[in-house]
Amino acid sequence: MKKAKVQLSGIPQAKEMAIDPAKGTLSDGAGALRLDFPLTGNVYGTAMNYKGNLDEFGLSLHEAPYKKPPEAPVLYMKPRNTFTGPETAIAIPDGETEVEIGAALAIVFGRTASKVIEKNALDYVSGYTIVNDISLPHESIHRPAIKEKAQDGFCAAGPWIVNADEVVNPDDLGIRIYINGALRQEHSTSELVRPVGKLIADVTSFMTLYKGDTLLVGLPPGAPRVQSGDEVRIQIDEIGALTNHFVSERSFVKEGNR
Amino acid sequence: MKRARVSYKGNVYGAIVEDDQLLLESGQTVHESEVTWLPPLEAGTIFALGLNFADHASELAFNAPKEPLVFLKGPNTLIGHNGETPRPTDVTHMHYECELAVVIGRQGRNIGKDEAYDYVAGYTIANDYAFRDYLENYYRPNFRVKNRDNCTPIGPWIIDKDNVPDPMNLALRTYVNGTLEQEGSTKDMIFSVPYLIEYLSSFMTLNEGDIILTGTPKGPTKVNVGDEVVTEIEGIGRLANMIIQEQHAPIS
Repeated sequence: MKKAKVQLSGIPQAKEMAIDPAKGTLSDGAGALRLDFPLTGNVYGTAMNYKGNLDEFGLSLHEAPYKKPPEAPVLYMKPRNTFTGPETAIAIPDGETEVEIGAALAIVFGRTASKVIEKNALDYVSGYTIVNDISLPHESIHRPAIKEKAQDGFCAAGPWIVNADEVVNPDDLGIRIYINGALRQEHSTSELVRPVGKLIADVTSFMTLYKGDTLLVGLPPGAPRVQSGDEVRIQIDEIGALTNHFVSERSFVKEGNR
Repeated sequence: MKRARVSYKGNVYGAIVEDDQLLLESGQTVHESEVTWLPPLEAGTIFALGLNFADHASELAFNAPKEPLVFLKGPNTLIGHNGETPRPTDVTHMHYECELAVVIGRQGRNIGKDEAYDYVAGYTIANDYAFRDYLENYYRPNFRVKNRDNCTPIGPWIIDKDNVPDPMNLALRTYVNGTLEQEGSTKDMIFSVPYLIEYLSSFMTLNEGDIILTGTPKGPTKVNVGDEVVTEIEGIGRLANMIIQEQHAPIS
């Protein structure tokens, strides 16, 4: 059992509860309760932070339009219209047949972090959660991918925020995506280009992350795609599992969200 | 009406601005010299446009885009009127960018161009500084160029939509140390305000408090520590900012 901050549906104040990351259960007999989106601040994502991402681009990183491999962390935002909690239905937009699933370890900040040095970086972290960072498939990352990454419901998070001191080593966590119960992708945060501490130091060297803000460490290469009707479960060692299902936008609107 | 957010004697207030007087939410009336101006709202999602003026695009040797070049910014970037913006010691090309900022007044999705102004609360001025030395070709303009702390002065106030009869015909001007350095008009935008609202809301919900910075015309030039930069928009006001040297000693 580990301690986590849990956002129970209908209860505005997050509670610290004991959770079982492997079984996905809560203490206090609260296992049947619905959980809400657990994050409160801005959500920033990092692209190209798995070594496999660089391999996917290969020599094209040296060609136009990129010209050379990235130096600073490659960042983007998931704005508030994208936020959705665990177990929700996520709409695949009209005109699209599939979306890409990005399995992200999410760092939640407990203190304002500005110009942090690497060896102190983890002191600023209050906990970790899981984000399903959804995108419309896009090959080019030359221009900001707003239409591809900022559609309504494209940032699912949860099920809870595991306390930082309960996670032994954030740079050695297995990450798996299951689609309709079948394992479709398996990676580890040991493959990060910038490990968690280094990433925090490099990002906060030019922008402040506030208490409550969240930074995604990256999306593993070979992101699987899903269609309407699919159920997606992202499982991260020591954190738990985040499940959502995908529906077509038309049925989503017709049937509503509840 | 002009609506501001200020700090005054240890607290934060919304205020209505009339000439040099501010009527605070608390009922007090104070002179503008007594307050510190804050960004005029607690922003929701902050959208910004790149290359939205043909003259500025060609100045940067780009063709005008066929679809809006939109990027997002965090609230760490915003700073109010008369604030200070840090200039890193290792940059050469720090450019100001005077921009019309559109404040969304109510939630909407799939908003048509014809009804777009119904979703606007008002307008303010932004100076969307860029640090071109840090440009990289990944999600460009990348965050190191455009998402730095206190590098997007905004304000001084939000002027109600009804006080701006034609937002698509406003002069934009930037003065550095009192000298006019940039001049353009919102009529030269490639993608107009109604077009941008229709475009964004075609794939995402816009919410009250979201802001769209609509891009800058030709003429950004380098600025240095000690410079006073004033961005001005006809019918809205003038936004002043001072450039200081960035401090880089870690606090941790």
